[in-house]
Amino acid sequence: MPEPKLNAEILKKDFPLLERTVRGGKRLVYLDSGATSQKPRVVLDAERDFYENRNAAAHRGAHQLAEEATEAFEGAREVVARFIGANSREVVFTKSATESINLVAYSLSSADSPIQWIPGDEVLLTEMEHHANLIPWQEMAKRTGAILRFIPVTDEGLLDLTNIDTLIGERTRILSFTHASNVLGTTNPVRFLADLAHSVGAVVVLDACQSVPHEAIDVVALGVDLMTFSGHKMLGPTGVGVLWGRFDLLESMPPFLTGGSMIEIVTLESATYSLPPKRFEAGVPNMAQAVGLAAAVNYLTAVGMDAIAEHELDLVTKAISGLEALPGVRILGPAGPRGGALSFLVDGIHPHDVGQVLDDDGVAVRVGHHCAWPLMRRFGVAATTRATFYLYNTEDDVRALIAGVERAQKFFGSAP
Amino acid sequence: MNLEKMYQEIILDHYKHPQQKKLAPLDNGAVEVHHVNPTCGDEVTLRAQVIDGVVVSVTWDGLGCSISQASTSVMAGLTQGATLQHSLDLTAQFLSLMQSKGVTTEADEVLEDGLAFAGVALYPARVKCALLGWMALKDAISRESGELNE
Repeated sequence: MPEPKLNAEILKKDFPLLERTVRGGKRLVYLDSGATSQKPRVVLDAERDFYENRNAAAHRGAHQLAEEATEAFEGAREVVARFIGANSREVVFTKSATESINLVAYSLSSADSPIQWIPGDEVLLTEMEHHANLIPWQEMAKRTGAILRFIPVTDEGLLDLTNIDTLIGERTRILSFTHASNVLGTTNPVRFLADLAHSVGAVVVLDACQSVPHEAIDVVALGVDLMTFSGHKMLGPTGVGVLWGRFDLLESMPPFLTGGSMIEIVTLESATYSLPPKRFEAGVPNMAQAVGLAAAVNYLTAVGMDAIAEHELDLVTKAISGLEALPGVRILGPAGPRGGALSFLVDGIHPHDVGQVLDDDGVAVRVGHHCAWPLMRRFGVAATTRATFYLYNTEDDVRALIAGVERAQKFFGSAP
Repeated sequence: MNLEKMYQEIILDHYKHPQQKKLAPLDNGAVEVHHVNPTCGDEVTLRAQVIDGVVVSVTWDGLGCSISQASTSVMAGLTQGATLQHSLDLTAQFLSLMQSKGVTTEADEVLEDGLAFAGVALYPARVKCALLGWMALKDAISRESGELNE
């Protein structure tokens, strides 16, 4: 047998929180990394080190600390850029991926937007979007008169591309979609859709929140124009997200949040703005969080993104076969190839109740609509139970999940 | 924490055999409200009719977890036929039970089957589930009273 590339039992020792117990001494089985990941000690240390040794306002002041803070912040940008195969001037630090998408939707619909909207122009999304990649566009449509259109989802949980030629047309100005579904685990054909959208001159935005943490990403190869992801889902701190954009596009985009740090010249009447990425980083930036994110990226890189992807696929495949072996359990989403988000339904038991029984065993899963309410409606369900896996999860975790679901069936007397 | 504390037999019974879970026709000034729990998507549609200060009918339909469904069932059973004031008192009492962190008092006895939800108060994430039907009732009554006062 080949040597496994990643040893989760060893890696999980790097994560202090995973050592704690829950619900009266139960081992914590954390299967909710799709919502937020746990943090390795090196990330916590990096943040603390920043505050203890280099804290000052980056890009301001002539003192040594300000220089060092700037160096730390800009160094973090370099690390993140390298991680996705980008140039650092194309990497904008935001508060979150949600802010990134709002930034894009707002900037591309403001008066100075490179896209001049004509009522009836279209924004194309998919039925499987997270609310963060839906509601900013709904608001934008109100401002511009744009029409939102949606690529449907098949029963299997894949994008239905049958009528894609009628969905992408000359009125399509923006295509924004998720790389990997946070509910179904579906991995979407990014390059295919991006090329199609570019053939009609549309701007392509990718929500990579569920892909960048879990697989090697080369943003140039993906062929998109803008891409967003969040730090806290990839072992980094909360309060830092990333917007990557093609530099010429970013350069043509007006700012979203305005204020200090993002200007060239200011008079009482008007201002001119810095080049990207600073144009989009008003205020004293989230330096410690960016530094923490860079430490997370270095940690992920050292483990190896391919090894992480392989490990997660192995776990999710085992979880699928274990759950499918239970009568009355249905998986929502494709069999493969797929990402690590695994949603399922247990006949006769509401997801909240499944989650409660799992919690009683120390197994932390997400229940509910996963911020993808329209997708729930598409499948005719109010909610699902969702397990998501990461590099620190083990086969024992998968076994605990399956045993917990069996226990729920016994407890509620719904085992067929 | 053991599961049986939260999922008392009474709760499971109400979940499997909910009371008044069949919407009565909307007539004679009955009021209908629709409440959702935005964090999980659970929903309840409730119809209530008040005549001469008495809640003569409480019927409902809904989708949700065992806690929300059982709690709505208990609420419907307790309030149908009660006076408006008593229904509001029960609602306030149930709300206080949900804020009790599981410590019951003598005053909670009026909740009868509703007392079984004391264990739910230990799980903050589930308190909203237990309150869904009760808050729908409160809303329906206040709308109804509003209409009566007009």
